[in-house]
Amino acid sequence: MNPVAAGPVADVVSAVLMLGGALSCLLGAIGLVRLPDLPARLQAATKPQTLGLSLILLGTALRVELASAVTLVLVVLFQVITAPVISQLVGRAAYRSGGFPDDTLVVDELAEHLPADAVVGDEQQPADHDELA
Amino acid sequence: MGAVFAVVLVMVGVAAALALYRLLRGPSTLDRVVALDVVVVLTLVAAAVYVAYYRDGSNIPLLAAVALVGFVGSTAAARLAVRRERHR
Repeated sequence: MNPVAAGPVADVVSAVLMLGGALSCLLGAIGLVRLPDLPARLQAATKPQTLGLSLILLGTALRVELASAVTLVLVVLFQVITAPVISQLVGRAAYRSGGFPDDTLVVDELAEHLPADAVVGDEQQPADHDELA
Repeated sequence: MGAVFAVVLVMVGVAAALALYRLLRGPSTLDRVVALDVVVVLTLVAAAVYVAYYRDGSNIPLLAAVALVGFVGSTAAARLAVRRERHR
């Protein structure tokens, strides 16, 4: 057993970390329900969840032995690497399928690269590019 | 200490219920994909709370596996959902 994990100080620190992590996850889920459209919901679905998962895993790492704690760092790393990838893919898929209403974009730089998918020109027929969606 | 775990699990449960609401309500398929990704992360959180409560590190490789597989599922669904909606 990890010598740090046995003390009452570690218990209190780990309890605070886990409460903070659960609170962050809950706030992210509230944002997922309350925010008005898909790009905003993407923010709420990835960032607070990643922070909450990191805090909870940090609290868990204080309570298990050191070899398992290293694997928990790996889980955090996986989540940190994959959450932006999901944001980018879902955001781009939303752009191409009309999930961005016309009045929400101030600057639309992607329209030059994807003219058939541009937000205002949605009535044209779909272009069948097979690039990375 | 047990009360802390109970509060944490209740918060995670409420968060999962809210994500379920978005899953049912979400006007497009991508909203539902995002909600399912949130549910996967909350599953990871609940499994980590289990590991912390029992102080038993033998389920931690499960967390790593679920993190990877959940990502692949959301990616595939995001990619395929668009084609189906546009070519309707």
